[in-house]
Amino acid sequence: MNLFVLIFSYLKARPLNTLLNILLLSLGIAMITILLLANNQMQEKIADNTKGIDLVVGAKGSPLQLILCNVFHIDFPTGNINLQEADRLAKHRLVKNAIPMALGDSYQNYRIVGTTHAYAELYKGEMAVGDWWENEMEVTVGATVARLLNLKVGDTFASAHGLSDAGHAHEEHPFVVKGILKPTYNVLDNLILTNVSSIWQVHEHAEEGAIEVKPDSTNASVLVPDALASDSTHEITSLLIKYRNPIAAIQLPRYINSQTNMQAASPSFEAARLFSILGVGVEALTGFAYVLIFISALSIFIALYNSLKERKYDLAIMRTMGASKSKLLWATQLEGIVLTLCGSVLGIGLGHLVLYLFTVLVTESQTAGVSAWVFYVEELYLLAGSIVLGIICSLIPSWQAYRTDIHKVLAGN
Amino acid sequence: MIRTHSITYKYNPEREIAFGDLNIASGAQFLLLGESGSGKTTLLHLLGGLLKNQQGTIEVNGTSLANLSESELDRFRGKHYGFIFQRNHLLSALTVEQNLLLSPYLAGLAQDKNRVEEVLAQLGIADQKKKRIHELSLGQAQRVAIARAVLNKPAVILADEPTSALDDKNCDRVSELLISVAQQNQATLIIATHDQRLKNRIHNLIQL
Repeated sequence: MNLFVLIFSYLKARPLNTLLNILLLSLGIAMITILLLANNQMQEKIADNTKGIDLVVGAKGSPLQLILCNVFHIDFPTGNINLQEADRLAKHRLVKNAIPMALGDSYQNYRIVGTTHAYAELYKGEMAVGDWWENEMEVTVGATVARLLNLKVGDTFASAHGLSDAGHAHEEHPFVVKGILKPTYNVLDNLILTNVSSIWQVHEHAEEGAIEVKPDSTNASVLVPDALASDSTHEITSLLIKYRNPIAAIQLPRYINSQTNMQAASPSFEAARLFSILGVGVEALTGFAYVLIFISALSIFIALYNSLKERKYDLAIMRTMGASKSKLLWATQLEGIVLTLCGSVLGIGLGHLVLYLFTVLVTESQTAGVSAWVFYVEELYLLAGSIVLGIICSLIPSWQAYRTDIHKVLAGN
Repeated sequence: MIRTHSITYKYNPEREIAFGDLNIASGAQFLLLGESGSGKTTLLHLLGGLLKNQQGTIEVNGTSLANLSESELDRFRGKHYGFIFQRNHLLSALTVEQNLLLSPYLAGLAQDKNRVEEVLAQLGIADQKKKRIHELSLGQAQRVAIARAVLNKPAVILADEPTSALDDKNCDRVSELLISVAQQNQATLIIATHDQRLKNRIHNLIQL
């Protein structure tokens, strides 16, 4: 016999009540855990995916759409920009480097990105098997794509027009897998990389017979070495730009937005804007979770308070057997703490489990890179907070236990 | 063993009760008789250190209860006393065995399961060890309460109306067991009661 046996016996004696209290609290805690995990990982992903990209330049339209499409690869392109114009911008004195992006095709819902090797370097892509793409119609695939589509080096596939399954298949222009990347845990994992001219080639069937001029080092495009700098027929989707100096942050976006047909958008600014929009929802959910926790605390308090009334003889008899006042105080406090601690441990577990089920059942969440088995320090704060909550809930009941008047209770008046 | 000297207890400024001096030898058995409201329970609680007297001295085993601090008194109670009440006041959340083990745990003594078996056997309820309190009959429950009171081999057993809730048959059995178990454990036994049925068994009387 010890204090824990006693407390667990008391909790077991009212199983439904105990279950209700623990469940109620764990729901609130689970909600907070899910929000915490999702929010933190989203922020990390966003920071990770926008690293090294100061500015995205693309066709005019929604700046948020431009960022979502070209940085996070979740929205559709705003349109195309002229290669000649993009090339001119790439040579601007305030631009340190510019990476071209040609989007528009996909394979089994995974995007094919026409770009340069610099794009893979931006996300620290490393080769797992095979090699980087070199020639047209060669691709290097991200880790998640390779795993989920079961692609191997040497495999060929036909891309589909558009970014969903329904698109027209370009069967006459199959891609061949040259290499597979190691997981980078950013957007690169979900992409199929090739060069820009491959994207053009897939779409050029209508223009066959056009005069092919092989560029040399003097007249080649900065962005796409296979194309002429003076090429006015070809288009790309966007440019990812890194500034040369801080002045660029002030001058370049204004220049692009006012002097060209293109639009410039900052990933960090748009991501922050997106978060402030989502933030309202997150705050509402957090508020709701705290309401749940408050109600469960109230319920635990009421349960302890009522059971203390039922237990007044137990308390008095324990005093006659040698228990001190402070022991009864501590036992009651401990009962509250055990309840809230069980609730929060269950809640944190439940939060991770729900997120895990979510990642298993909803495939989109896998490409978003949200993992259920990541733990944050804040979860320890939740545990510590639940101990404080237990102490608060049992404050009044334990004080009652402390003040039990043995004589009055046992004499029956 | 128990020695009192001119103790009085004040319920409120108007109502005061004075008790005659007591001198009870170790191992003796006494009945504390009196009408309802005569102060039986008060005296029993004073002797048990459940209530503090305002005047006079109570000495148990050479220790003056008035000299003990509140927590010292708690410990003293745990080690030297066994209490039995009209209602059994067993903890219904616990089993019979757990109820009994609570006694040495709270008194800060070693928890000896053999001792539990021994006492339950003495009271003829060894087979009830694993039962819940609500599964017991009234008489069985009262016997468990007696077992709990004698488990720590206390020097003093104080019983407040232990048989009044029982029918004649159970009263006989319980009082007989209480008396014999107190003897076996060499405890001083004081029973406060208005139950005339006990007079046949204990002949030392304290009349209030």
